[in-house]
Amino acid sequence: MYEFNYQRPKSLADAAKALKSAGDGGKLVAGGQTLIPTLKQRLAQPSDLIDLGGLKDLAGIKVEGGKVTIGALTTHAEVAHSAAVQKAIPALAALAEGIGDPQVRNRGTIGGSVANADPAADYPAGVVGLGATVHTNERTIAADQFFTGLFTTALKPGEIVTAVSFPVPQKAGYAKFPNPASRYCVVAVMAAKTADGVRVAVTGAGPSVFRVKEMEAALGKNWAPAAVDGIKVAPANLNQDIHASAEYRAHLVGVMARRAIEAAG
Amino acid sequence: MPQVSMTVNGKAVSATVEGRTLLVQLLREQLGLTGTHVGCDTSQCGACVVHVDGKSVKSCTMLAVQANGAAVATIEGLATNGKLHPMQEAFRDNHGLQCGFCTPGMVMSALDLVKHNANPSETQVREWLEGNLCRCTGYHNIVKSIQAGAAAMRGAGR
Ligand SMILES: Cc1cc2nc3c(=O)[nH]c(=O)nc-3n(C[C@H](O)[C@H](O)[C@H](O)COP(=O)(O)OP(=O)(O)OC[C@H]3O[C@@H](n4cnc5c(N)ncnc54)[C@H](O)[C@@H]3O)c2cc1C
Ligand code: FES
Ligand code: FES
Repeated sequence: MYEFNYQRPKSLADAAKALKSAGDGGKLVAGGQTLIPTLKQRLAQPSDLIDLGGLKDLAGIKVEGGKVTIGALTTHAEVAHSAAVQKAIPALAALAEGIGDPQVRNRGTIGGSVANADPAADYPAGVVGLGATVHTNERTIAADQFFTGLFTTALKPGEIVTAVSFPVPQKAGYAKFPNPASRYCVVAVMAAKTADGVRVAVTGAGPSVFRVKEMEAALGKNWAPAAVDGIKVAPANLNQDIHASAEYRAHLVGVMARRAIEAAG
Repeated sequence: MPQVSMTVNGKAVSATVEGRTLLVQLLREQLGLTGTHVGCDTSQCGACVVHVDGKSVKSCTMLAVQANGAAVATIEGLATNGKLHPMQEAFRDNHGLQCGFCTPGMVMSALDLVKHNANPSETQVREWLEGNLCRCTGYHNIVKSIQAGAAAMRGAGR
């Protein structure tokens, strides 16, 4: 790991200031479960590492007004074990429980996961599938506008995710086909029946999370596992690697969608 | 250079570290607590698992500065007055180790499981060990050890 200047600001305003003044060399760290391995491999060389760990206000879960709001520093374990999340959106608790392993879940945070936008991460499917809103220190960003591509988001340099709020759906289910070694998603699907219609979001399969409009339309007419049978996703733009071919991933989208709807009940 | 203070196995310690010093480096290289191992350095094997404020974490994937002010527990802190902790005893009794490299991480991870679930099923133990790799045992006796350790802890009211 290259040496950096470590800073631990005590307020969000100080963190934003530190990040701005460090310019291109500034990097936030939250749970460190993605960034620290990256630094160890010398794949990144920040001049300043700004630790959000001191911002206790950014951790915690609130359920009010039909929304579950999760602070950016809330760990995957806290989301998985939260009685409030389990009651309001059990599919979201299940998603968090399936991330990595217990030690990764004890440190990794929702803010870090969404900001990182790994194509094989779990949260992007939860955020887009449930129609969540990402809150930052500057504005709010709708899920459909947040993830813009491979490891890229709508966040501007210097912007800090503060929370993610999820409207409570009528029904939602999550199904994941994990890579047996890393536990990241080969393909995973969040399917939800919400006040604004049905949403089906897929992670792992493509360079970034995407919705399957044809499945959403079919499920809007008939919320049942069989409704997605026969709806195919073209493999043309899907990921292809040693773990799975694009064709296999395309096939898994259908299987995971069906299982997600079965899980939702 | 940053100064850190924390408790390690109940004892207050202070040290000067670099920003980039990992918690496991502080423990092993500066404090001489070499029971915590480094198996992979890619955050996957769990040989480096310790507890920070009561939660199991991979000490190779946390900076020492991030543990400033925390209570850290390592494998060295488990035995009392030369008597092994029931979970350590269970690993010995059930042949839960061969080379022993993964064992400190296994034991620390198991103790975090028992905190949430005093009587874990075989499936629950296997799921919990997702982040702990063992190259020798095939896991079978590790799972047995953890269930036996949990039972001994229930018996001892721990
Ligand atoms: C062995 C292992 C297995 C894993 N398996 C899975 C898995 O199955 N599924 C999965 O989804 N993930 C998995 N992960 C990744 C894990 O979920 C990470 O915790 C997560 O991706 C990043 O969160 P973090 O808090 O650790 O972020 P960090 O590593 O601290 O940061 C990641 C990135 O986000 C930025 N960032 C962090 N917080 C903010 C913020 N509030 N605002 C703006 N930018 C921010 C950082 O600058 C950095 O670029 C795994 C990781 C490991 C090590
Ligand atoms: S050494 Fe930390 S996970 Fe392998
Ligand atoms: S006993 Fe040798 S690695 Fe587990």
